[in-house]
Amino acid sequence: MAATDTAPRADDGDLAGLEAGLDALEASPTVRTPLRRLLTDKMLPPVLALTLVLAVWQALVSFRMVDDPARLPAPADVWYVLHDAWLQGTLLGYIWTSVSRGLLGFLLALALGTPLGLLVARVRFLRAAVRPVLSGLQSLPSVAWVPPAVIWLGLNNRMMYAVVLLGAVPSIANGLVSGIDQVPPLYLRAGRTLGATGLKGTWHITLPAALPGYVAGLKQGWAFSWRSLMAAEIIASSPDLGIGLGQLLEYGRNASDMAMVFEAIVLVLTVGVAIDLLVFSPLERRVLRSRGLLVKG
Amino acid sequence: MTMTTPLAQAATTAAATANTGATAWAARIEHVSKSFPGPAGQQLVLDDISLDIAPGEFITLLGASGCGKSTLLNLVAGLDRPTAGSVTTDGRPALMFQEHALFPWLTAGRNIELALRLRGVPRGRRRERAEELLELVRLKGVHGKRVHELSGGMRQRVALARALAQDSRLLLMDEPFAALDAITRDVLHDELTRVWAETGVSVLFVTHNVREAVRLAQRVVLLSSRPGRIARQWTVGIPQPRRIEDAAVAKLSAEITEELRGEIRRHGRH
Repeated sequence: MAATDTAPRADDGDLAGLEAGLDALEASPTVRTPLRRLLTDKMLPPVLALTLVLAVWQALVSFRMVDDPARLPAPADVWYVLHDAWLQGTLLGYIWTSVSRGLLGFLLALALGTPLGLLVARVRFLRAAVRPVLSGLQSLPSVAWVPPAVIWLGLNNRMMYAVVLLGAVPSIANGLVSGIDQVPPLYLRAGRTLGATGLKGTWHITLPAALPGYVAGLKQGWAFSWRSLMAAEIIASSPDLGIGLGQLLEYGRNASDMAMVFEAIVLVLTVGVAIDLLVFSPLERRVLRSRGLLVKG
Repeated sequence: MTMTTPLAQAATTAAATANTGATAWAARIEHVSKSFPGPAGQQLVLDDISLDIAPGEFITLLGASGCGKSTLLNLVAGLDRPTAGSVTTDGRPALMFQEHALFPWLTAGRNIELALRLRGVPRGRRRERAEELLELVRLKGVHGKRVHELSGGMRQRVALARALAQDSRLLLMDEPFAALDAITRDVLHDELTRVWAETGVSVLFVTHNVREAVRLAQRVVLLSSRPGRIARQWTVGIPQPRRIEDAAVAKLSAEITEELRGEIRRHGRH
């Protein structure tokens, strides 16, 4: 072979040095943001915003702009109600009732939405038939499903899960479909030349490439699960079902206890945001960062 | 053995190796034509191309835009089928693109390991083999690096290592260095020449850069445009290692460029 007369060693060492120099010059080191900057840039603004909201709320009460505790309780009153519930040991019970329903419902939605999304993305007929339905369902407020679900299934947990599924499955399936649609064709070509065709191609190339879209769908799916569940709990409150956050809100309304109503609202908001911040946002950041898709501001 | 209907590549390959053991060519392109549906009926892109690539041979395929270089490469890669004629290869060729096409959800090393896995290399051997291949392209120690942490030149070297992981006898390269800066490209020319010499793989390298073609190849094949036909071939006798600025490289490049310009001028005359 003509190739044997190539590359004397001296030249080779020279090339290695040149290459090492180029690599060192061009590679961009990944720098972690220092904790201090993270605190001032990321934590401080939302804390300030929250403080402002509380201050306005307190001012409305203090300066008697809304001078009726049955309309607007003072932030302190809501805090006492929360504190009482905590001392009585009922607070965690309310939260757990709703969160366990929400998460179980979400996991069911995940188990149904994922294969559905995969089928819709892959089977041309299903895509044409089901994709518009999924998009339509996404814009339908899931509270609309509560009355029919009560009539079909009765006032029970099954009805709640049905409403959660109808709210979350379309988001999760849609997320996966758009994730798959956005896979760069280059990856599929590269995969095919490596021998990843058919199921192997789906498993090794399409699914991992679609992960960012899928995770965005999961995030939205959780938000929809939680909202649907609250709608179901508010409408379908029955003593046999245990007291979740939605029922707490409804009890507060029935008792004209505004502090309790606000307690429930604060809890619904806090739990929804907390689960997003603790589970879904870190998951999304991890996926994006590992691919170099997260641009640091 | 001229075939007018294209056969499934895998079947052809199996037959070729089963009958004769090792073949006398890494790829055989026989009377290949390819047309695509265009605004005025079928548009002929490649017209009766015949080319044998010998084992261990380095061929550059040169031509102006629209000569069907990439189309031909896709046909050899088995990503597309010829309208007429046949392409036979000894095993599935490896393919490198202008973009590195590394998978961003895997580390550099895992990209190579995936290629090994899809080829059926057992789990226990993959890590070791990936390290060997990274060492071959002189990227020892980047196994755990993410693709976005690497420079453009490093990415193309990982992509080269991944292509070599397929252990094909033929490596197809579709303008793989076109998007790199001149210094990096120059270094990668040296690197590719070295890797080619060490592995003995056959290379079919598509480019529109005449100097690059002469710098790298044993044989330069010039395609005419619309439709793509083999216009002329040159055997490059300049000994390796060559430099892109060598006088001999420049001289042959000037000759080929003149020919290429003539080809292009022909299209302006109508």
